[in-house]
Amino acid sequence: MIIATNLTKKFGKLTALDKVNISFNKGECVAFLGPNGSGKTTFIKCILGMVVPSSGTILFNGKNIDKDCAYRKYIGYMPQIGNYPENMTIGQIISMMKDIRQAYNAELDEELIERFELGKIMDKRMRTLSGGTRQKVSACLAFLFNASVLILDEPTAGLDPLSSEILKKKIISEKEKGKLIIITSHVLSELDDLVTQVAYMVEGKLKVHKQLETLKSETGERKLSKAIASLMQQNQL
Amino acid sequence: MNKIIKYAIVDILRSKLVLFYTLFLFLISMGVFELDDNVSKGLLSLLNLILFIVPLVSIIFTTIYLYNSNEFIELLVSQPIKRRTIWLSLFLGISGSLIFSFLIGAGIPILVYNQNPTGYTMVLAGCLLTAGFVSMAFLAATLTRDKAKGIGISIFMWLYFAVLFDGLVLFLLFQFADYPLEKAMVIVSSFNPIDLSRILILLKMDISALMGYTGAVFKVFFGTPTGLLVAFSLLTLWSIIPFVISLKKFRHKDL
Repeated sequence: MIIATNLTKKFGKLTALDKVNISFNKGECVAFLGPNGSGKTTFIKCILGMVVPSSGTILFNGKNIDKDCAYRKYIGYMPQIGNYPENMTIGQIISMMKDIRQAYNAELDEELIERFELGKIMDKRMRTLSGGTRQKVSACLAFLFNASVLILDEPTAGLDPLSSEILKKKIISEKEKGKLIIITSHVLSELDDLVTQVAYMVEGKLKVHKQLETLKSETGERKLSKAIASLMQQNQL
Repeated sequence: MNKIIKYAIVDILRSKLVLFYTLFLFLISMGVFELDDNVSKGLLSLLNLILFIVPLVSIIFTTIYLYNSNEFIELLVSQPIKRRTIWLSLFLGISGSLIFSFLIGAGIPILVYNQNPTGYTMVLAGCLLTAGFVSMAFLAATLTRDKAKGIGISIFMWLYFAVLFDGLVLFLLFQFADYPLEKAMVIVSSFNPIDLSRILILLKMDISALMGYTGAVFKVFFGTPTGLLVAFSLLTLWSIIPFVISLKKFRHKDL
């Protein structure tokens, strides 16, 4: 579904992505891991067209995303830091997004809005929201349009345990519908029951991209966090 | 595209600064016309005020607004909307609402007191001037990511066109006083939208004689329908070219 070939991005002297080759298919749930500043978010932003790659191509459903924007209707994106117009209310943002995307997606999925009980605070301005509530708004917007690809950048960072559990359940149920889900996270323990594949990046290079089961059997570990730790010890990362 | 224009306009018209700008323009226009018995003298005073304030407010307000709507732009870029559509909608939204405030604040008083070609020219020039400086602000905002630098660039642009340019032209005129520069002046003045507007309106006021021989050359060139058309096209170009350059930059910008 998404194929990246030789994807390179340079910010001045810094190489954020160094010839990344990777492909994702339908029904997969990929954990995108790596230390801070390893290029995960840059990679995601390249897929979304927010960052223009220095070289390399990204194909989405076989079409080059360069100079195209229609493919984004298939993507629901939850950013790491939700930046929204500060003096708009939650309700206004949600209705604006519906307004902008309504031409493309008929079915709306408002489950998360209900589960997070955002209905009560619809007229709060974005400026007054806490980090966690912003995350909830981001999550609702990402799932709202029933997109077939979900890209979640640190989805549970800043969420309380209850909300993070709600979000996890939602991710699992969407995965079962056969959607492609890409998650970056630092909390490895919570990815265990979510993901089917693991991709690990270091300093802009893609080091590992394997099925979770393969990774576990190769390292002889049962937990994702331990499997990663054991890979690190073997100096593979 | 219409939707984004709508959101931008609603957002801007709600801001207190634009309300204040409209009110301020309205007060000075009414004040000038009420204080002066001679309407065309009033128009002349108003001309100088407008040529000073309209570019300043347009360029500074737009630059600040663009930097402040970074989040909004970021949100839109990840949606199935072309970057060109986003940028163009913002431009139309911002220039549209500023032109709207100009028409309410200065346009109505001018047309109430001056139902003549001079009045119409002044209103039209004011609108084009607004669009031109909004367009320059778009360019300034794409030149740097730093808000303070961006505002600095736009203040400098305004300072250049409103103050420095005339000084430079005057300097050149004195330096090359021995040569016939009248024709060259026509060309040089088209490099400054503020000067272009001033010349257009002064010629309509029929006081070009005050500008000496250069004024006569201006009259010969800009006084004809062709010259008028050229002048207005040049003013329009000022609102298109900086914007097109900024659009090119925006399409490759990392957010």
